[in-house]
Amino acid sequence: MSATRNSKRMKAFAVVALAIAGGAFAFIALGGLGESLVYYWDASEMKAAGDKAIGATIRLGGQVVPGSIRFDEGTSNLAFQVTDGKEKVDVRSVGVPPQMFRENIGVIVEGTLTKAGHFESHRLMVSHGNEYQAPHDLEDLDTHQLMKTADGVSPEEVAR
Amino acid sequence: MIGLLGRWMVLAALATAASGAVLGLTAARRSAGALQWTRRLAYAFALLMAGANLLMEYALLTHDFSVGYVAQVGSRASPTWVTIVSLWSSLEGSILFWGLILGAYVAGATFWMRRKHLEAQPWILGVMLACGVFFAFLIAGPANPFHTLANPPMDGPGPNALLQNHILMVAHPPMLYLGYVGMTVPFAVAAAALFTGRLGADLLRTLRLSLLVPWAFLSIGIVLGGWWAYEVLGWGGYWAWDPVENASLLPWLTATAAIHSAMVVERRKILSGWTTTLVLATFLLTILGTFMTRSGVFNSVHSFTQSDIGPTFLAFLGMALLFSVFLLAARIGHLEGQGRIEDPKSRESTFLLNNLLFVMITFTVLLGTVFPLIVEAVQHRQISVGEPYFNRMAVPLGVAVLFLMGVGPALPWGKVSWRKLWAAVLPPAAGGLLLLSIGVALGARAPSLLVTLFCGGYTLWVTVDAMILPLRRGDLGRSLAVMFTAGRRRLGGYVIHLGVAAILIAVAVSSVGKVTTEATLRRGGAAALGPYTLVYQGSSTATDPHRTSTIAHVDVLKDGTKVASLSPRMNHYFTMREPVGTPAVLSTLKEDLYLSVMSIDQGGEVLGLRAFINPMVIWIWIGTAVLALGALLSIVPAGRHAAATSRRKEPAPAPPPAPAPEAGLAVRSSEEGTA
Repeated sequence: MSATRNSKRMKAFAVVALAIAGGAFAFIALGGLGESLVYYWDASEMKAAGDKAIGATIRLGGQVVPGSIRFDEGTSNLAFQVTDGKEKVDVRSVGVPPQMFRENIGVIVEGTLTKAGHFESHRLMVSHGNEYQAPHDLEDLDTHQLMKTADGVSPEEVAR
Repeated sequence: MIGLLGRWMVLAALATAASGAVLGLTAARRSAGALQWTRRLAYAFALLMAGANLLMEYALLTHDFSVGYVAQVGSRASPTWVTIVSLWSSLEGSILFWGLILGAYVAGATFWMRRKHLEAQPWILGVMLACGVFFAFLIAGPANPFHTLANPPMDGPGPNALLQNHILMVAHPPMLYLGYVGMTVPFAVAAAALFTGRLGADLLRTLRLSLLVPWAFLSIGIVLGGWWAYEVLGWGGYWAWDPVENASLLPWLTATAAIHSAMVVERRKILSGWTTTLVLATFLLTILGTFMTRSGVFNSVHSFTQSDIGPTFLAFLGMALLFSVFLLAARIGHLEGQGRIEDPKSRESTFLLNNLLFVMITFTVLLGTVFPLIVEAVQHRQISVGEPYFNRMAVPLGVAVLFLMGVGPALPWGKVSWRKLWAAVLPPAAGGLLLLSIGVALGARAPSLLVTLFCGGYTLWVTVDAMILPLRRGDLGRSLAVMFTAGRRRLGGYVIHLGVAAILIAVAVSSVGKVTTEATLRRGGAAALGPYTLVYQGSSTATDPHRTSTIAHVDVLKDGTKVASLSPRMNHYFTMREPVGTPAVLSTLKEDLYLSVMSIDQGGEVLGLRAFINPMVIWIWIGTAVLALGALLSIVPAGRHAAATSRRKEPAPAPPPAPAPEAGLAVRSSEEGTA
């Protein structure tokens, strides 16, 4: 008799302990999730976010501004501008750009916005995909569609 | 013509599956004749699916561009092997291929049950064929590969260049499909256990086998996917917590948990309800994963063109989820176990811990994968969850799993005294310290890596010790024979553990110890990579019917002497706008040298090169081969006679009521009983 009551108490205890542990785990997981979010923005959205954008991980999509590419072969320092047709953002990264990288092509850069106002990228992807062609008319540029096409097959992963 | 014939076959398969499902879930439970007919319909479904696939292969090989799918992925310029595997290179074909594999599993399960599970069989057949209805419907409607083109083109574009770029394309998708689709069978078995309210020893054995087979394929498929990414994508890694990778991992995690909890059911007659829950969840996760990868909600090499299958899949997922929840709610009470766990220090309680850990990892990965979808659906904002989340959450849990893989098998079953506990868990620490000191001597410093090395060494020690345990009992020849016959399932389990431990250690070492550099080299130029110097010697070109390749020749020097010459390339497919690189990988047991062309100009004057040293990566592939061998060992005897023979050979039962079909384990517990 007391044995069954004992085992019942054990069971209740186990359930409560599991619930607490589960709750704590979910809390930690959600917290970690909030800290590792990557925001998919274009230049206008990033500018609109103001100071909130500084420090957050951002996937910035847009087109490479003609004439803005500066690449130093010796140091692999790369600088260029990305635009969504309205705003321009200065992007800097270290590394050799992919083969398709050129003026006017759709790109996605992942990294953070610095206080100085330029975008520090650690990952550079050129929009691929057979369905999506980077439009030449900037009015039609859909940066969010572009970001979808470059997702998944990310040829870029600079070790951190 | 072929299009029409194929379409009729698919429609016939749909009708067959539908009538079989209805018959199985109704009349076959009462009449042996109806059951016979259900079985015949199951075989017919498999045959029709096989026929439809053969027809599509024929259309592909004969370049019959009047068939819609052939026009979509076929190309006269493709090599024959590419044409054959084109079957699973795009959406419609891969769903058709899914049908083939589902048919094969249905036929296999039907044959396996020919003299078994008379009570559960109608349910099992009915549920499997109900899933068959859904996929036949997909092939007949939303993802029809057989639609006929009025004006067939002269030639097609060929499959996605990334998929033509490596021979692993032949192996990875079928393996993954064999894993994914195969989870339909344990789903049906678990559902049948719930319907009948019984999960007896016999049905449990079928459940375990039906889990193990697709689990093994899924394990291989996941690793092959990583290997493919490593050999083709050129970013120097094999895993990026990409949604499509996570989708394949999720059912693997719950299936692994289920395989372990099924052992507790076998031993202790508890957790039956929990095990069926895990199995149902595994199936739901395969459907969720297919929905996520195939419907285009995530773009990747797997999502092909936008398609209409999304809503259909979502509807099926919803129905399967409702079915599972209601079934569990209504029937799980019937599966309450009679046994209990006697001692929190025993091996069986580590199985509970194992399940807890796997559920936590599943939750973590699922949350990180699905969260962006929910945010986009609710707030119309695009976000993703970065790798840091997954690494921070999953790495500690993974290390805990690694350690538990050591502690669990070290502990005896049943009641364990404290003295016995310490005697069991302390000695393997020697193995942990050994691997730890080797790692430190070779330069490992990162705390997470050191912890992983200790846990890995601990687990390797326990695993090897458990594997050779039968050999320490007298006559070597006989022990060896027993080890590979009656003790084979037990041995297989440990071989799997050995492989998994090797994989986890290699993953830890390769992610912490990676060295990378990027450089722009002119002909004759050099760049440093760790202890190596890379010298660009120039380029050459090669032309195939479907592509031209610019091949960069890079010499690898160490201390002034040439150790290797590697040739990464950049391929230009005639049907593709953009070039696709193929990295060059030199694998040794110690490390991989990995070179990838970022860009190369027409004449090969300037090479944009990315190079990596990835330590120990080859051990991931070796570990997987070991895992596959272990799975084979533990699956085969679960087949015919082994369970029976091992029971006959089992020595006098050990004190706790442990009807162990694992002879080896019985050996161990009786040994401990006498100690």
